[in-house]
Amino acid sequence: MNGTPVTESELQAYVDGCLPVARRADVETHLAQHQDDAQRVDAYCRHTAALRTAFDPLLAAAVPLRLQPGTRKGTTSLRRLAAVAALMAISGIAGWQLHALVTAERAQSFHLAKVAAVAHAVYSPEVRHPVEVGADQEAHLLRWLSKRLGVSLKIPHLAGLGYSLVGGRLLPGERGPAAQFMYQDIKGQRLTLYVRAGDDSRAQTAFRFAQENGVSVFYWLDGRLGYALSGETGREELLRVADAVYRQLNP
Amino acid sequence: MQYIPRLRRYARALTGDASAADDLVQDALERALRKQDLWREGSDLRAWLFTVMHNVFINQVRSAAASRTVALDASLAELPQPQAGDRLEIRDLDAALQRLPDEQRTVLLLVGLEQMSYEDAARVLDVPIGTVMSRLSRGRERLRRLLQGLPDSSASLKVIK
Repeated sequence: MNGTPVTESELQAYVDGCLPVARRADVETHLAQHQDDAQRVDAYCRHTAALRTAFDPLLAAAVPLRLQPGTRKGTTSLRRLAAVAALMAISGIAGWQLHALVTAERAQSFHLAKVAAVAHAVYSPEVRHPVEVGADQEAHLLRWLSKRLGVSLKIPHLAGLGYSLVGGRLLPGERGPAAQFMYQDIKGQRLTLYVRAGDDSRAQTAFRFAQENGVSVFYWLDGRLGYALSGETGREELLRVADAVYRQLNP
Repeated sequence: MQYIPRLRRYARALTGDASAADDLVQDALERALRKQDLWREGSDLRAWLFTVMHNVFINQVRSAAASRTVALDASLAELPQPQAGDRLEIRDLDAALQRLPDEQRTVLLLVGLEQMSYEDAARVLDVPIGTVMSRLSRGRERLRRLLQGLPDSSASLKVIK
């Protein structure tokens, strides 16, 4: 006990269990000598526990029907937003780990995986408007996106692996326009290839892999372009496709 | 998905109304999605999502300040019921919370329910940590007086620094 008067903030910290250990005995001595404060602190602890008792059931409660797809505003589905939030959460954790041990280049390429996974989660479930320009206008799609990204793009052909081109769309990226090409197999399983330009580095990276909530992403940097292939498939299947994409882009 | 139940729990306690709470969560998620470029990779996503939701809440409070009509009885029935035998009636707790000023209720819930550190709560609310501490102290004392049927002396509550 060092005799320093106990402050109101310390009483609050005592309630919240975040008082430094060194002061705990001082606060307890103070409470033993000040009945009013002891009663207050006791009530605060009980009320805090009651808050948890009252509202914690919501943590386990099912998401209400009205928040299922088809919402108030009619344009966005909360389920999809939730999937996006989950992906953001995962990349947040991974991003934090990255910060500790890798270079800016690596963090930058990881950001690529994050935005690609989000874009996949947003557009791959679309039934009526999965792409802006369909595969029937492939030449136009290629010219348009190449012009917008300011680079000469190539569209990989994956029919040999069972995936046909659905089409593509323009997306906003952190440093400018980005492109998303969508493919699907005979069962309707979709893959998306996200491409963004503008990295100054002439970096070449190996394939890197990220996965969460069933969405797998292989991503790599190749000169000015960053690529990310996303799909709700297993790692092996996605790697097979990523390898084919890479070979076609670098003949 | 991992933070949505926590956002719902906080929103429910904050608004005192189940459907208003889910509206708030939905608005916050939509805003978070639109503003996702503002989230710094490697920073705390939970704190960021709560910050976004807090800002949506403040905007709602400002724009609807005078026209708030909440069917409390109807909304209370929707809250999942905990096991019987709790000493404090949930209905009383819920009603007392709603009688706290917004600025005290937000701090009390972020710290007591969401169990955020004082530093994180200060960041979410964009106020100094000393403000968090004084709002927490005043909010807890006011809640106690409401629940114990004591006269509300929050105006004259002594705050020891």
